[in-house]
Amino acid sequence: MKNKTHFAFFDEGSKKEIRRTTLKAVAIPGYQVPFASREMPIARGWGTGGLQLTLSLIGKEDCLKVIDQGADESVNAVSIKKLVQQTTGVELTDQTEDASLIQSRHRIPEVPLTEEQILVLQVPTPEPLRDVEASEYVTKRLHAEEEYSGAWLLLFEQIMKYGKTATGADHPVYVNGRYVMAPSPIPRFDNPKMHTSKALTLLGAGREKKIYAVPPYTDVTSLAFEDYPFTVETFADQACHLCGANDVFLDELVDETTGKAYYQCNDTSYCIDRLNSQEQVEVEHHHA
Amino acid sequence: MGYVAVKGGTKAIEASIERLTYDRLQESEVIEVKTIMATMRALVDQVMSESSLYSPFLAALAIKQAEGSMEEAVFIMRAHRSTLPRLHYSNIVESESMLVERRISASFKDIPGGQILGSTTDYTHRLLDFSLASETKLENDQWMKNYVDKLEQAVSPQDEVLFFPKVVDYLRQEGLFGGHELDDTPPTDITKENLSFPASRSARLQTLTRGQTGAVTALGYASLRGYGQVHPTVGEVRVGMLPIYVGHPNEPEQTEEDSYYIGEIKVSEVESFVPVSVKNEQNEAELDFEIGYGVCYGQNETKAIAMSILDQCLEHPEASFPTHDEEFVLLHIDSVEATGFISHLKLPHYVTFQSKLNSVREVKRKGESNEE
Amino acid sequence: MHEEPILQVRNLNKQFGNGCTHCRNKVDRQLEKNYCPICGTVYACQDVSLDLFPGEILGIVGESGSGKSTMMQCLYFDAPVTSGEAFIYNGELNGLNVFQLSPQKQRYIRNHKYGMVYQNPVNGLKMNFSSIGNIAEKLIAAGNRHVSSMESTGNKLLEHVQIPLFRSKEEPQNFSGGMQQRVQIAKALSNNPPILFLDEVTTGLDLSVQANVLDLIKQIQREWGISMIVVSHDLAVIRMLADRTMVMLNGSVIEEGLTDQILEDPQHAYTQRLVYSLL
Repeated sequence: MKNKTHFAFFDEGSKKEIRRTTLKAVAIPGYQVPFASREMPIARGWGTGGLQLTLSLIGKEDCLKVIDQGADESVNAVSIKKLVQQTTGVELTDQTEDASLIQSRHRIPEVPLTEEQILVLQVPTPEPLRDVEASEYVTKRLHAEEEYSGAWLLLFEQIMKYGKTATGADHPVYVNGRYVMAPSPIPRFDNPKMHTSKALTLLGAGREKKIYAVPPYTDVTSLAFEDYPFTVETFADQACHLCGANDVFLDELVDETTGKAYYQCNDTSYCIDRLNSQEQVEVEHHHA
Repeated sequence: MGYVAVKGGTKAIEASIERLTYDRLQESEVIEVKTIMATMRALVDQVMSESSLYSPFLAALAIKQAEGSMEEAVFIMRAHRSTLPRLHYSNIVESESMLVERRISASFKDIPGGQILGSTTDYTHRLLDFSLASETKLENDQWMKNYVDKLEQAVSPQDEVLFFPKVVDYLRQEGLFGGHELDDTPPTDITKENLSFPASRSARLQTLTRGQTGAVTALGYASLRGYGQVHPTVGEVRVGMLPIYVGHPNEPEQTEEDSYYIGEIKVSEVESFVPVSVKNEQNEAELDFEIGYGVCYGQNETKAIAMSILDQCLEHPEASFPTHDEEFVLLHIDSVEATGFISHLKLPHYVTFQSKLNSVREVKRKGESNEE
Repeated sequence: MHEEPILQVRNLNKQFGNGCTHCRNKVDRQLEKNYCPICGTVYACQDVSLDLFPGEILGIVGESGSGKSTMMQCLYFDAPVTSGEAFIYNGELNGLNVFQLSPQKQRYIRNHKYGMVYQNPVNGLKMNFSSIGNIAEKLIAAGNRHVSSMESTGNKLLEHVQIPLFRSKEEPQNFSGGMQQRVQIAKALSNNPPILFLDEVTTGLDLSVQANVLDLIKQIQREWGISMIVVSHDLAVIRMLADRTMVMLNGSVIEEGLTDQILEDPQHAYTQRLVYSLL
């Protein structure tokens, strides 16, 4: 009684439905399109929105990269990759440049993306107004009427309380000057990468059953008051202790013996790339 | 030479899965799927109900694979459900056609057709039965033989199948309940469409019937206890088999003869009577009854009753209790969604936490420089 | 007054329920109260018309259930009207029936032309956001994106309504009823609206606090010259604030005129009872 599994897990009807939703999302940048959202073999909240997008889009020629909080080898990234590969047999890669499809949780890769690539982001809470309004019925109307005072008010309150905006990741953005969108919990550092990105960015929220998109070359601006400009995370004068990069998002690590903090690229494949090219230069230099 | 990514994640997962298998096999006992089907009916029923996939075999297999974890078994079933193309909708099922195994009313002692206690744990004493620790197949077979003999002497077979009228129909004839016109609007299919608000009653009932048993029971209980305005009397609980038919896929004109019998499902069905205050023609307040409806796969009467309470709650959104708020109830009772999102907190949040940390530090730094 | 009105309402009708053959026809409708005994449909507002002139306070008085608050909710777009027209003569929207506009346009009117003070501050304020944040919300909605300017506007307003500045970042949920009402007034005023609605704003407050809030409203009207509609069941409030008064009963306007005139020489039997009970 063993069932034959379909290519990319889903039956074709399900895939078509997700693709139709995706097309609508691309046509209305930043608008959260509801979809039925199938239950997946990985848990709700573990990237099922992104996974459904990936599985509905992937073809045999695709090359897939999956990252979780910057790392290709994070257990959940591995688990997702495994599922996609088992049901499709596609090629996997850690190299951002080689991938045609990149599924990511909470990071946009450091290497700029191209027109040939699609970035799929996993979204836990797609509604940027949820903190001011619990009801889905109401937030839907607020989007329709372009009423975003609530999102601004959240930032205003932070400034009143803390003297600056204190958003962590998931700082809200305006897409194409119309919809306010949760960029998924990417750090503020990554928000500017969405602006006029060459790649198509798709965002999938499986549990909340929404798909939304930022098409290539679309304006994406982070919400900021005129006298309190948007700022990204800073790492002072720190650099990656491995590759020396200082213009990337860094992980803070603690040296167990000294108790001191040291820093390392969060984007692991970017870091390894840099190390390899540095070594290449050294070798050539040595031989020269 | 060159640097390569440490394959830590891949190795860790492989080792973890091996360990999981080891934990399942280490006592070298094998439980057969058919054993689970035969002896854990309640568990199988609950898994089928929460996963909204009626297949005792698959449910038992999922239970075996999940080593008895409810949330895990439901999860596996739901994921499997996503791989199945959905080709047909069944014909409308009239629950009068149920082959009743059990049927009770808390509202009337004498209901037309009579009460049938059937098989229930309700009146067992919940004492641990230590004899079960050493039961033998031989003893059990003997018990079975005696029971069947007893039945054969006491009961004579009838030629006709007995169907039972619904208690509520009897009350309708009395004029205590208003009648409703048949409404054959095709129901919303919440597995193909996103639940949108305000939700149709069909969408609400579907969400409730696949809700996590514990969650549905807890919210129904909350309403009963005071965080809600529904206190029902159970009009009828019935458990039994319902025959399922599908129409001919290619015949535009459907007659009953064109339908195909595809099997039967066991369900628990509840109709609760809920007193409500309505205005009469003189605009005076008057008491009337409304019906709360609950139904779920298998024998799970508590869930079906709790569902009937919540159905009525959601019919009256004007009451200011969370149990009457459809977004509150419907968006939080699904097993796969709730357990998934709670468990996702185990995933690394390094980047998000680093980002928040950065903000907190900035705020603190600013605070310090202000003090200087 | 020979000026043009700033707000003109014509034949506003609001009903709850679909009506039946007995009550649907407006001309034949002979209801004792404002609901139909056959089908239970409530006719909350029946052909209400009014003119609000620049700088005046129009009082609307009536018992609870008379339709006065429902009418105000309709004007503020909190509830849709069943039928009727309303025109605002203040800039770009002249001559448009605002009830027919899109929700976005109606929101624009709320954000730029209207201020609203509800009887219950919970409806007008976000209780768990700071007081200054509540004021900023209205300014943000009207398009302001400058924190410092909103902060100074907000603080000025809070000072004006006598909220001590050191409490401006506190949440209204910690405030007394009178203070909450004053924060609501500050919020309603924040975008300099030409029209302000006040719905039973002093109901439920202590007498001394009532007097204080009424003084504040009077003072605002004097200094800012905002046109206001004040709804109250309390003729004393109307007497203190309103230049002109409309009396509503069972969803209809039964009498209107200068407040002094109505108080001295009420025409309708209901108004007479109301006035004599005040004296």
